[in-house]
Amino acid sequence: MFGSKALTFAFPFVAFVSFVVKKREFELPDHCHPAVSPHIERPMDNYLILNTLNYPILSLILLLPAAGALGCLFLHNERALKFWGLGVSLATAIVSCPLFTRFDPTTAKYQFAELRRWFPAFDLDYVIGVDGISVLLVLLTTFIMPLCILCSWRHITVRLKEFLVVMLLMETAMIGVFISLNTVLFYIFWEGMLVPMYLIIAIWGGQRRDYASIKFFLYTFTGSIFLLVAVIALYVSTGTFFIPELMEPAYPFMYQLWIFLAFALSFAIKIPIYPLHTWLPAAHVEAPAAGSVILASILLKMGGYGFLRFCLPIAPAATLACMPWLIGIALVSIVFGGYLALGQSDIKKLIAYSSVGHMGFVTLGIFLLSDLGIKGALLQMINHGITTGALFICVGIIYERTHSREISGNAALGMEMPLFVTFLGIFCLASFGFPGTNSFVSEFLVLIAAFAKYPLVGAAAILGAILAAAFMLRLLQKMIWDRSDGHALPQSDREERRILRDLDLREIAILGVLAVGVFWLGFYPKPLLAVMDSSVAHLIRQVEAGSIVEVAGERKTQDAQPETWDLGPGI
Amino acid sequence: MQMMLLLPELTLCLMALVFFFCALGPCKTDTLNNLASGLSVLCLAAAVAGFNQEGMLFFQTYRVDLFSQLFKIILTLGLCLTIWSGPGLRGIEEQLRPEYYLFLAVATLGMTLLSSAHELLTILLSLEISAFALFAIIPFRHQTMRREHLEAAIKYFLFSAIATGLLLYGMSYVFGLGHSTLLGELAQTLPALMQNEPLAVVGMVMLLCGFFYKLALFPMHFLTPDVYEGSANETTSFIATLPKIAVIAIIIRLVSLVGAEAVSLTWILAVFAVMSMTIGNLCALVQNDLKRLLAYSSIAHAGYVTIGVLSVNQIGFAAAIYYMLGYLLMNLACFFVIYQLAAEGENLTFDHLHGLYRRAPLLACTLAAGAFGLTGIPPTIGFTGKFMVFTAALQRGHYTLVILAVINSAISAFYYLKLVRAAYRPMAESGESVTLSWSATSLGLFLLASIILAGILPQGIIALAQEAVNSMG
Repeated sequence: MFGSKALTFAFPFVAFVSFVVKKREFELPDHCHPAVSPHIERPMDNYLILNTLNYPILSLILLLPAAGALGCLFLHNERALKFWGLGVSLATAIVSCPLFTRFDPTTAKYQFAELRRWFPAFDLDYVIGVDGISVLLVLLTTFIMPLCILCSWRHITVRLKEFLVVMLLMETAMIGVFISLNTVLFYIFWEGMLVPMYLIIAIWGGQRRDYASIKFFLYTFTGSIFLLVAVIALYVSTGTFFIPELMEPAYPFMYQLWIFLAFALSFAIKIPIYPLHTWLPAAHVEAPAAGSVILASILLKMGGYGFLRFCLPIAPAATLACMPWLIGIALVSIVFGGYLALGQSDIKKLIAYSSVGHMGFVTLGIFLLSDLGIKGALLQMINHGITTGALFICVGIIYERTHSREISGNAALGMEMPLFVTFLGIFCLASFGFPGTNSFVSEFLVLIAAFAKYPLVGAAAILGAILAAAFMLRLLQKMIWDRSDGHALPQSDREERRILRDLDLREIAILGVLAVGVFWLGFYPKPLLAVMDSSVAHLIRQVEAGSIVEVAGERKTQDAQPETWDLGPGI
Repeated sequence: MQMMLLLPELTLCLMALVFFFCALGPCKTDTLNNLASGLSVLCLAAAVAGFNQEGMLFFQTYRVDLFSQLFKIILTLGLCLTIWSGPGLRGIEEQLRPEYYLFLAVATLGMTLLSSAHELLTILLSLEISAFALFAIIPFRHQTMRREHLEAAIKYFLFSAIATGLLLYGMSYVFGLGHSTLLGELAQTLPALMQNEPLAVVGMVMLLCGFFYKLALFPMHFLTPDVYEGSANETTSFIATLPKIAVIAIIIRLVSLVGAEAVSLTWILAVFAVMSMTIGNLCALVQNDLKRLLAYSSIAHAGYVTIGVLSVNQIGFAAAIYYMLGYLLMNLACFFVIYQLAAEGENLTFDHLHGLYRRAPLLACTLAAGAFGLTGIPPTIGFTGKFMVFTAALQRGHYTLVILAVINSAISAFYYLKLVRAAYRPMAESGESVTLSWSATSLGLFLLASIILAGILPQGIIALAQEAVNSMG
């Protein structure tokens, strides 16, 4: 029976073998420098700078976590598993360092690019690369992940192996989203990410994890399903899935508008902007600490990244047309997020709503369509990743001790956990943009851009910044002092004395790393701004060029060839 | 040489004969089971061996080409997997087990004939061979169950008779107008007739409706849930997958015959597809019985695959073939889990899945892969299938259709997720753990791997399907 059963594998394996055989024909020998594949007639060279390091760095950081996840399956010892997970994510972070040090900030092309045939029947290539917009987000991902695993060191007690597998798969999917230069590859990682994130919330989450996880899944899935239609529609009208090539043609205005809306819906849900934000507080509150950190630090950034990578360059005219609406919605998100945060008694919920406000700044910066605005938005994404991630780690730390997420349950910690409240203070101040911290720089950039273009918008956004200070200071006051004077323990009205451990070395290390980030970017953001410089300038040129062509092109298409985009070229 | 052309069919006949003789005397279930797996693998091997054959047999009524041979491989693979996934036939009356395998073989034989049939009456005959075998095995369910399997059998039989009536009626129109029953000759006349003669459209739609019954597409879908619910778990996993694949083969042949210019037919198919998806997905939302849920899900999937077919281009047909292969694997993954969990062959509800991820992590994982695949989440085969079907439809400019389809797949996410939720919902007391045999474990791993790998690396299968579609000529 053994032998006979084995034969039933035959069919798919035949298919795979034929795939491999077919693939061979297209693959270049490894030793020759892949200048450009002779089978690819399109001049992808114009957009790509192929990887010149002597190893495929992007593929390596993409596959290392996935391989690590496979490796987890063979480990059984809990301690070994933890160190394995940490080791793999740390290794990924270290391997990704050359992305920053060897990055060439003078070009807007996609660097460290790799190009392989993948699915010739559909003309799909495995093409990856980073530019000034995505490289920082990739680095953010690789550096946040070890901290996520470290911060769930004690938090996760059940099904540790599965947790690490899911976390590492998540890391692969997130990196994949940022480095894909092919719409289908992007979509696969974008959607593939839902499954591990769903499992993180549904299995290791809090009381209402069922509700939160399904809400998260359905919201994001519904949003991105239209993204798929847009991806295919673009392919049908241009014959390519390669993102830089999709940015080239000047599409008719109505076509741009539909494409823009289809893309924007999924990104707006992910970022999220008001009124599509309701999945976020639920998911944040119920997710375990590491899940919240991933959600806040990286997942939300994908929305902003999507706007910059797809909406702006592919549909510039539609972007200009929708700009006032999106700026309006961004302002509502900023003010409304802050207003809602003001009323929360649950710490995680408060931070979640503050995220809505912060991401409102990102949307605002992006759709001001100016150099400073987009740079501010990008920097805000990185900063939000650091500070909000740190705040969620703080909540996780305190939840492990008091088993409460309520502000009232964690009041007056100042005397008992001085180290903890120090860090909490730093991150809270950073979160509302205290001068000297990272968020100050980015919010300041966005505000300058806003005042330069529309002073009224800037004034409204200031209101959000004030609200942010209000709820963050209130949180700090309650958690550190409450009704104590900061010198004596507030024991009088408590029946039993609670014993709270202050931070241990592991927790100090996690928060310390993030605090360094806060001050480094607060005082010296120049290296990051330099990285994004030429890519942002290129993006703005694309938008401007697209919108100028459109004014001429719109009339032309209305007269001569309405709806040419309906008829796609055959395969 | 002629033997080689019919090798898969002959091997299936052999399998039926062997079980016929088994049925004469007492036979142990284990022996039967080993025999069935061995013979089904032999059938698969025969189908693979006959892969490159080409020829016309029996006065141009039976066409052996790459297209039919590919379907024969998929069908025999499906037979192997269904037999593998239901070892021991727990849900079947003990003394009827040899006959059960006999009828499975006969049904598969009918379907392989259907994939090669190239003449209207041959098509009818092959369809009926497979249908009669299925009528017989539906009431084979254990008597300890309630008598709903008899209800299912009667319903399946009566409505199948009606569907056959429609099919014949449609054939009479097509024959009357086209003056031939040979598909090769109809290919000359039918495209023009479809343009000018409304009667030809009516005849063609009725003809297709006979197959839609098997496919569980919109106007002929209504009894699918009852039949799935009433049949034994192993029977359901068979009738939910294989007949649909065979029927898609013949539908592709017929639609390609009519050609891309028949706009009215495209419209009718589009309406059927949309209704099918919408009804299937909305009804599935409220189901509690897993087999009923999968029945409605299969109605919805019939809609998706019809989108590929009605695009009437090479990529659309290839996408439909690929989609059906994916559907086979993903559905079998779900039914495999149901069979393993139902120790007495009973019907399962969501409550039976609770805590599954503790009791049997592999089953939970397989179920999740199947459910996420059916939703269309990358990197599973379900995503790649949907992606290609939608691409084919958009190339023909069916924007509205695709948008309705994606809205539908967003709706479907909810109930597929319900399966995953039930399997992964933590429970206070961990129920008794499910022990899996060696072969069940390997099948679970195989389904898991094939759902994901065939989704990531679709090139080989798609290239094969495209060649097959070209060979149809």
